[in-house]
Amino acid sequence: MAFENTIDVEHPIHDIRSEAIKNFESKGFPSKKDEAWKYTSLNSLQKVDFSIFPKEENTLEYSQVKKYFLHEIDTYKIVFIDGIYSSYLSETTHDGVDICLMSSALTKPMYQQVMDLYFNKVASKEESLTTLNTAFSREGAYIYIPKNKMPKKPVEIIHFATGNEASLLLQPRNLIVVEENAELQVIERHQSLTKNEVFTNSVTEIFADKSAIIDYYKVQNNNAAASMIDNTYISQKNTSNVSVHTFSFGGKLTRNNLNFFQNGEHINSTMKGVTILGDKQHVDHHTLVHHRQPNCESHQDYKGIYGENSTGVFNGKIIVDKIAQKTNAFQQNNNVLVSDKATINTKPQLEIFADDVKCSHGCTIGQLDEDALFYLQTRGIPQKEARALLMYAFANNVLQSVRIPELKKRINKLIATKLGVRLGFEL
Amino acid sequence: MAYTEEELKKELETKEYEYGFYTDIESETFPNGLNEEIVVAISKKKEEPEWMTEWRLESFRYWKEMVEPEWANVHYTKPDFQAISYYSAPNKKPKYNSLDEVDPELLSTFERLGISLDEQKKLAGVAMDIVMDSVSVATTFKKTLAEKGIIFCSISEAIKEHPELVKKYIGTVVPQKDNFYAALNSAVFSDGSFCYIPKGVRCPMELSTYFRINQAGTGQFERTLVIADEGSYVSYLEGCTAPSRDENQLHAAVVELIALDDAEIKYSTVQNWFPGDKSGKGGVYNFVTKRGICEKNAKISWTQVETGSAVTWKYPSCILKGDNSIGEFYSIAVTNNYQQADTGTKMIHLGKNTKSTIISKGISAGKSQNSYRGLVQVNSRAENARNFSQCDSLLMGNECGAHTFPYIETKNKTAQIEHEATTSKIGEDQIFYCNQRGIDTEKAIALIVNGFSKEVLNKLPMEFAVEAQKLLEISLEGSVG
Repeated sequence: MAFENTIDVEHPIHDIRSEAIKNFESKGFPSKKDEAWKYTSLNSLQKVDFSIFPKEENTLEYSQVKKYFLHEIDTYKIVFIDGIYSSYLSETTHDGVDICLMSSALTKPMYQQVMDLYFNKVASKEESLTTLNTAFSREGAYIYIPKNKMPKKPVEIIHFATGNEASLLLQPRNLIVVEENAELQVIERHQSLTKNEVFTNSVTEIFADKSAIIDYYKVQNNNAAASMIDNTYISQKNTSNVSVHTFSFGGKLTRNNLNFFQNGEHINSTMKGVTILGDKQHVDHHTLVHHRQPNCESHQDYKGIYGENSTGVFNGKIIVDKIAQKTNAFQQNNNVLVSDKATINTKPQLEIFADDVKCSHGCTIGQLDEDALFYLQTRGIPQKEARALLMYAFANNVLQSVRIPELKKRINKLIATKLGVRLGFEL
Repeated sequence: MAYTEEELKKELETKEYEYGFYTDIESETFPNGLNEEIVVAISKKKEEPEWMTEWRLESFRYWKEMVEPEWANVHYTKPDFQAISYYSAPNKKPKYNSLDEVDPELLSTFERLGISLDEQKKLAGVAMDIVMDSVSVATTFKKTLAEKGIIFCSISEAIKEHPELVKKYIGTVVPQKDNFYAALNSAVFSDGSFCYIPKGVRCPMELSTYFRINQAGTGQFERTLVIADEGSYVSYLEGCTAPSRDENQLHAAVVELIALDDAEIKYSTVQNWFPGDKSGKGGVYNFVTKRGICEKNAKISWTQVETGSAVTWKYPSCILKGDNSIGEFYSIAVTNNYQQADTGTKMIHLGKNTKSTIISKGISAGKSQNSYRGLVQVNSRAENARNFSQCDSLLMGNECGAHTFPYIETKNKTAQIEHEATTSKIGEDQIFYCNQRGIDTEKAIALIVNGFSKEVLNKLPMEFAVEAQKLLEISLEGSVG
């Protein structure tokens, strides 16, 4: 609790923290006995003795890490090194919009009003890992876009782990508020630079006011010693439009808890994901869309390609409340297993209490079409490339809705690399 | 008759299940409660061999260690297991002397279901004339079956007459400690059916017919064991479309199916137990464990029509152990008023080239909750496994709920799995179209529901399909969305 000593106990956050600590103490880490964690075990992580705070401040040169940025275009950047804000690598702004730090938002009086309205309001007060974050997080991104504004460029939130600590626990906490008719694009990335173990338990709260538009891209291409639990909570109001794209290629264990709460009418929520896994990787996508008001839509489309010893989990839950008539909720989960040792567990779940709704989910597990493969081979494309091409095509729908062209290109390249082929032409 | 929505609602409210029974029955009943002595006493009463008594005791000891499962999406007051009497000898005395004494409401339901007069008497518990057909029919059936070497009798009889078969197979598909209710059933099962089809024999009749005439008062802890030896075929039907009157609140049955190499078992269930009144009072709790195992090239097909019971908890499953084996599950679950159903299936693919099909249709009306919960598991050695699942829900009215919880676990890259689920309501335009053609709203709904359920109804044995169709109509009467 050393952290508690460094802040003002009179601060309203103090109460929220103490309560969160209490909750975490009573619940502990989730185990496989919890229905929501049936297919994902945290045992391997609990064995490691993580240090909660780095002992010293580490720095990085821009040239060392340039490749992890979307350097082709100009962006706002909020960069953290081992959990500590790096002003040197960052580019924040207060020009009409606030793109800055959680720590300053928590302490400076000028943000007090926004914090009171939004901080810890949509994040779960029950879920143990979220409360762990609430209790101990001390840094993260704070983005506030006032009415009718749109930042000139996308925002990148990047967390680097230098590996100077043998094993590090990071708990970033982000708050994003987009007011009426405003717009925002965010790219989030976590990158560990060495083989030392890193465990990230991140919580992001996103509020989309009336007619707000938010595009959120999560790039998960960490190295094999990094694990992450991402908890994202999104609250939407009337006619807002929020989309979250998750690209999971790296990391040892990744768990994405993505929760949408529709608190208004005519809302559109989109969740898309591409997962390509190799040896000993584990990715668990856990989505929830809670339709609380009538006339809303939600779309989910997750594609997975699982190789070697990897394990993929998809658990998508759609709840439609009694008053949420005229809801359209769609969910699609397609998976390809390319190895005998790979496992996929999927559980698309519908809980529907309203009668005038259109809800459907579809889920497939299968292989690449042998005929298509043969066709490509007859046209002189080697089998390996043909496979990659087909897999690329399989994942492609999800990429189509990416609205930052440079990012789309980048993801394309990542997919090609992950599939282990040089196609010899630009995809 | 043209109904307005108001009138229909009224009718729905006043429509009650009026078939509870009130007559005094002379029966021998054990004191309430459950302990080892009771288990031994049940076994003694049935004159069972020692191994069976031991088996029951073992189950009872497992049961004591277990806790009632809570994961299902149903809410009810848990039964007090010490307040139940675990043995009640079947009542021999007829409840009525002639059909005239029987509740006319019940008779009209029979009529609408198209049940023959003799059967009506039997089902209503009317004393039967000895000369009447049913006994001789039953005897004829027995003769035909015996000629083919088919054993079909009560499980108590089988324990006495064919202990080697029972001992070999009982508890092999549903182990004693499989789950809370299975353990309870293994300890105290009152009676049930046993069926053995010898090698290469095709059972000449639906075992249903026989069953309907003869099986009565099997009690609340029913145990069924069906064994189809190599290359044999049997179609078995349990339950009845007729509303079933039963004073037992808790039903915990266990059904085990064993399909040896190249055998095929078709098991159909129609369940229409008392669902409770319109305010959700009373009604049967139906906690059933049903499972079948398929050896090489074998096939098990489950078909169920569930319209009754206040709370249903039931997952007929297939273990596809042998190569090229096939599992099928076709289900219609209808819930109305305060009924709750959590039902589905498990398809465990172990062998190569195994196939499974799941078609589940849920219809919820009133204030009911209807859940589909299923598991498709492909193990690492199950090459070329194939599964197709489809779960459709139909909602009628805005106070009911439909839920799906499908689990899909695959450990083999050659697996091909498809899962689809949809939830919708009956379209106003569909009803309007029917109204336009002179079909009243209620009929129109019946028509649409029938169309919705057709895929499953088609799988029922012929004469039953007709009855089941009518049953759906009756179950949903007055629940216009």
